[in-house]
Amino acid sequence: MEKAIRKYWPIFVLPTLAAFSVGFIYPFVQGLYLSFCKFTTIKKATFIGFGNYAYAITDADFWHSFWFTALFTVVSTVLINVIAFAIALALTNKIKGSNFFRTVFFMPNLIGGIVLGYIWQILINCVLSLLEKPLLALNATYGFIGLTILMCWQQIGYMMIIYIAGLQSIPDDYIEAAKIDGATTGQILFKIKIPNVMPSITICSFLTITNGFKLFDQNLALTGGEPAHASEMLALNIYNTFYSRTGPQWKGYGQAKAVIFCIMVILISMIQLKITKSKEVQQ
Amino acid sequence: MKRKRVLALGLIAMMATATFAGCGSSASGDSAGDSASTDGASGKVYYLNFKPEADEAWQEIAKQYTEETGVPVTVITAASGTYEETLSSEIVKDEAPTLFQVNGPVGLANWADYCYDLKDSSLYNELTSDSFALYNDDAVAGIAYVIESYGIITNTKLLEQAGYTLEDIQSFDDLKKVAEDITARKDELGFAAFTSAGMDGSSDWRFKTHLANLPIYFEYQDKGIDSTDAIEGKYLDNYKAIWDLYINNATCKPADLAGKTGDDAENEFADRQAVFYQNGSWEYANLTDKGMTDDELAMIPIYVGAGDEKNQGLCTGTENFWCVNSEASEEDIQATIDFLTWMVTSDAGTKMLSEQIGVIPFKKAADTTNLFVLNDRAYTEAGKTPVSWNFTTMPSEEWKNGVGSALTAYAAGTGSWDDVVTAFVDGWASEYAASH
Repeated sequence: MEKAIRKYWPIFVLPTLAAFSVGFIYPFVQGLYLSFCKFTTIKKATFIGFGNYAYAITDADFWHSFWFTALFTVVSTVLINVIAFAIALALTNKIKGSNFFRTVFFMPNLIGGIVLGYIWQILINCVLSLLEKPLLALNATYGFIGLTILMCWQQIGYMMIIYIAGLQSIPDDYIEAAKIDGATTGQILFKIKIPNVMPSITICSFLTITNGFKLFDQNLALTGGEPAHASEMLALNIYNTFYSRTGPQWKGYGQAKAVIFCIMVILISMIQLKITKSKEVQQ
Repeated sequence: MKRKRVLALGLIAMMATATFAGCGSSASGDSAGDSASTDGASGKVYYLNFKPEADEAWQEIAKQYTEETGVPVTVITAASGTYEETLSSEIVKDEAPTLFQVNGPVGLANWADYCYDLKDSSLYNELTSDSFALYNDDAVAGIAYVIESYGIITNTKLLEQAGYTLEDIQSFDDLKKVAEDITARKDELGFAAFTSAGMDGSSDWRFKTHLANLPIYFEYQDKGIDSTDAIEGKYLDNYKAIWDLYINNATCKPADLAGKTGDDAENEFADRQAVFYQNGSWEYANLTDKGMTDDELAMIPIYVGAGDEKNQGLCTGTENFWCVNSEASEEDIQATIDFLTWMVTSDAGTKMLSEQIGVIPFKKAADTTNLFVLNDRAYTEAGKTPVSWNFTTMPSEEWKNGVGSALTAYAAGTGSWDDVVTAFVDGWASEYAASH
C-alpha cells in the first residue's frame, strides 16, 4: 500500500493542487503583477514599474491605518485570548450548565460581521447619545473601543472552544500528581495547564492576530472609517483606495497596498508562530 | 495486489468522471439555455442595471422583448452601492455586459475605453436634446436615460396647520422664517420643520452631494463654466446657512445626526413628524407606498439665498448614462442599440421607463404620474430656471466623503465650519489633481 502511495501520489495531490492553483496561486501571481501596473480592468493593464509602491509607502492615510490596525490587533489579541482562556478555565470546572454556557458564548460567532457591525453601531450610538457624547462616526477613540468590544464579543466564544479542547486533553494524572506534591492552584495553572495548552495558544493567537489585521466587515459596518479616515483599518483603506477614487492610477495604488498588506500579515504571523511554537511542550 | 490496483484505478476513474460530470452538467445547462434562446437572432444583450428598485421591471421588459424579437436579453442588477465593483469584475468576463452605465463625466473617466461611440446610432437620434448625451471629446460615450429632480419635499397639510401656504415660501429668508417659527412652536404643533438630516451612509449623499450642488451651481453660473479644477467656495456661506437651518430645526438634536439613516428621515416624513424633507422625484413611489397622497405633497426649490431666487426652479438633471460596451462583438453592439431604441420608442418600453424610472429624455416618452416631476414641469412652464446637476463634476467619491465627514462633525459640534470649507475647497483641488 505504501508503495502504491509512493507511486501514485501525484494523482491524489492533483485535485487539491488544481483547485489551489486556480483559486489561489494564479490570482495571487496576477495580483502581484497588477501591483506594478496601471489598470481599470485586469485585462487592460500597462506595466509601469514601482510607481504604485512609491505612492503606497508615502501615503499618510495608509500609515495611519497601519498603526491603527497594529494597535487594534495588539489590544484585541491580548483581550480575546486572556478572557477566552479564563472562561475556558471556568467552564472546564464541573459547574452546573457549563454546556449551556459554552453554547451561549459560542453563538456570536455564527453571526456575520456586517450584521454584527450594524447591530453594535445602533447599540453603542444609543448609549453614547444617552451619555451626550459624540457618536461613533465622530470620534475615533470611541470607534476603536467599539471595534474592540465587537471583536471580543464575536471571537471570545470561538477561542474558548479551542482552549476548552486543549484543557480537556491534559491528562488528569498530571494535575493529581501536582496536587499530591502540594502544588497550589496558581502553580498548577502556570506550571501545568498553560505549558500543556501551548498548542492551543499558538493557534488562537495566530487566529486573533490575523483576524485583527485583516478586519474589514466590522470596520466597514461599525465606523466606516469615520471621522475622516481616522478609524480606517488597513483592509478598508485598500478598499477605499480602489473604489472611492477617480482615475485609472488608483487601482494600481490599491493593488500595491494590498501586496504590502499581504506581506506584512505573513511576516507578523510567522514571527508569532515561531515565538509561541518554541514554548510548546511534548506530552 | 493486481486486482486491488485495478479496483483503485476504477474508483479513481469513477470519482473523476463524477467530478467532471458535475462541472460539465452545469456548463452544458448554461449553453443549452443560451442556444435555445439565441434561435433566430445573432446578437444578444446583457444589461448590468444600476437601479435595484427597478430590477423587477427590467426583468419583465427584457422577457417581453425576447418574446417579441427572439433576441435574448439578460438583466443583472448590481447590489446597491456596489456598481463599480460589479462592473469591474463583470466587464473582463467572456460574457461581458454589452450595456452598462456611468454617472456623468467623472464616472466616465474610468470607463471611457469601454464606451462605444453612439453618435451615428438610432438611439442618439431619439434624444430630445444634445445636452442629454455624455461626450468624450467628440464621441458620444453615453446617453442619459432619466431626468430627475430634487428639492425640498413639503407636506402642504402640515404647512397649513402651521399657518402658512406654499406661496409664503419664495426665498431662503421665507424658508428660514417659516422653519424657525415652526421650531419655536414645535411642542404646540406636534411636528418639526425638517426631517433629520442623517449623515449615515444611507442618507449623507443628500447633503454632501445633492445639497453641495447648489454652491457649486451658483459659482459655475457666475463664472460661466461647467466644470473646474479648483472651486473657489464663493457660495459656501449660503451652504452653511441652509445646513444650519436643516440641523437646528429638525426632528432630532444636531449631535444625533451622525447616526441617522435615510429610512429614519423617510419614516419621519411619512409619519407626519416634519414639514420639509430634502429628497428627489425618485422618492415619490416610496412616500405614496407609505400612505401619503398627492394633495399633501409638493416639491419646492432649495433656496439658499443666492442667485435670482424668484426664478429658481428645482434641481433637475441626470447622472445616469447608458453606455454600450465597445469591446463586445459587432452583433451584440447592434443588438444592444436595437434593444435600447425599442425601449425608448415602443409603447411598452416607454411606459415601463416612465412608470419605473421617471422622466426620460426621448422624443416618444410616455407621460408620467409622478407628482414631483409634474411640479418640476410646472416650475419650468412658469418660466423658472431649473438648477442643473453639477455634482457629476465633483472630483471623486473621496471628496464627497471628506465634505460629509466635516459636515457631520460640524453638526455635532466636534468640528468647525472651517473644516467644511477646507474639505470643500482644498479637498477639491487636491482630489482633482489626484485624478488627472
